[in-house]
Amino acid sequence: MTNYIIRRIIQAIPLLLVISLTVFVLMNLIPGGPLAAYENNPNISAEDLMRLKKELGLDAPIHERYVNWLFAVIRGDWGISEVTRRPALIEISEKIPNTLYLSFTAFILALLISIPIGVFSAIRQYSWFDHLMTTIAFIGQAMPIFWFGLIVIIIFNVTLKSPDTGGPLLPGGGMFTIGAPFSFEDRLRHLILPASVLVFFSLGHHIRYMRAGMLDVLHQDYIRTAYAKGLHERAVLVKHAFKNAVQPLVTIIGLEIPGLFAGAVITETIFSWPGMGRLFFNSIERGDYAVMMGVLMMSATLIVLFGLITDIVYAFLDPRIRFD
Amino acid sequence: MRAKVWRRFRKHKLALAGLGVVTLFVALCVFVPWLASYDAGKTHLDLMREPPSPAHIFGTDELGRDLFVRLWDGGRVSILIGVATMLMAISIGTTIGSIAGFYGGRIDNFLMRFTDYMLAIPQLFLLLILAQLLRSTNNPTLSGGPMPIIIIIGILVWPPIARLVRGQFLSLKAKEFVEAARMSGTRNFRIIFRHILPNAASPIIVAATLRVGAAIITESTLSFLGFGVQPPTATWGNMLKNAQAQMTYAPWTAIFPGLAILFTVLSLNYIGDGLRDALDPHHVE
Repeated sequence: MTNYIIRRIIQAIPLLLVISLTVFVLMNLIPGGPLAAYENNPNISAEDLMRLKKELGLDAPIHERYVNWLFAVIRGDWGISEVTRRPALIEISEKIPNTLYLSFTAFILALLISIPIGVFSAIRQYSWFDHLMTTIAFIGQAMPIFWFGLIVIIIFNVTLKSPDTGGPLLPGGGMFTIGAPFSFEDRLRHLILPASVLVFFSLGHHIRYMRAGMLDVLHQDYIRTAYAKGLHERAVLVKHAFKNAVQPLVTIIGLEIPGLFAGAVITETIFSWPGMGRLFFNSIERGDYAVMMGVLMMSATLIVLFGLITDIVYAFLDPRIRFD
Repeated sequence: MRAKVWRRFRKHKLALAGLGVVTLFVALCVFVPWLASYDAGKTHLDLMREPPSPAHIFGTDELGRDLFVRLWDGGRVSILIGVATMLMAISIGTTIGSIAGFYGGRIDNFLMRFTDYMLAIPQLFLLLILAQLLRSTNNPTLSGGPMPIIIIIGILVWPPIARLVRGQFLSLKAKEFVEAARMSGTRNFRIIFRHILPNAASPIIVAATLRVGAAIITESTLSFLGFGVQPPTATWGNMLKNAQAQMTYAPWTAIFPGLAILFTVLSLNYIGDGLRDALDPHHVE
């Protein structure tokens, strides 16, 4: 097992290098870049522009700049943001807690809701409950997430009013009320709408996978045997069925955890949430290469890492899988 | 065979309804902009943001354009993007998957590493970078129209299809009928296309159906973030983007394009579900 993990990690390094090289080249093909705003400013002379370019290392040829970026990663600052002049790693790490606070809250809630629903839907296949939940799951997967977000804002922020204050029922943007002293309640109220949007979206996926996994397992011989032994339904479902049925969901979760960053681009943009997704979106608009590279490579690393973790969890859930 | 599939498909009521909705929407996209008395792009500044009324059943937007006509005009582009990216993703995915699965060994190893590489790049981020790249060329054929969106979505979404097809090939190439074809001297190319691929078609067809809907949503997301098809060309995505600023006082501008996406994608997903049941040879009634 240890050997397997080490081998996989060693394989991941060239993969990530190739990804970083591709993305770096693509990004640098975009004209404009971080100095576009200065280039169009008549008050800035050509010499000043050249000096700025030199200072930021933008005058070097692209292969040199890539190598510089690699050294910056090794050095630990991930390059200096061309826009804010601060290390990219600091820019990014300031946003990570905000993103995790939103997306992991939503993720955990989605699992807590979807697992029991999926299991129950499978046990009572084709009941009205199953039909209702399957329909909700399908609807959740057929909507653009931003549209749902906008509708939610129209309903809970614009139309419905709070009975106490007469203001909007729920805040539709930001992480907290600006200028107000820290309050747990205020934070929670800001979390409700964006988190609900994210929960609703992963719900559909999770319910379908949990239900399908459970249906597969319920038709297996060992479940019939367990019933035949005279075990209670509860014992059969919890001890025999669930552990095997949850496997497809584990795969999906492994694919989703790194995606929590990407999925949040849209939600964070709609709800003005100061997280990684919005940071990436803004850095594209501003041509902030270092930050773009940082966010992208962090995501790519997480995707590779969680691919490995998923395989390990698989082996834990299914003792038939061996790696050596 | 075909009659049997249709008979089984018909039993899936929601899939049948989905097929009805998609047919209706395609017909509306074809006929409404063509036959309507309003032009989809014509502005009427005296009729700005009219709520739905008998004259304009879906209301008008901030330039007084009739939203019913514009919706089906935009639907043409959105559905075109969905179908074209599906065709692209299926062609690339099927080619790579079948070569990898059929030949195995080093070729398989190389192609699958390439697939892993594509899967490890965060999709939305790469989409945005590519879209920004095309947008910044300021070349009228490369930026703004549906073509670049089709290409960038198409070249990014084939890897899951390649994996699916490879899996099918791995199990099918060991079957007796492939062995028989090989014994009788059939060339590899013919074995792949005439013998194995038709037997692997069912899951590919299902994946293709789901792919169309997924691309329609991706287009809308890109347009919403400002990286999609640019106005005045309408798509369901950029109609929503346009509606965002005025949705608090003209909510109909946001509701109808969103519902069009919802019903189209929902229908396609139900069709995919129905096809899965109907095409599955091990289907239990």
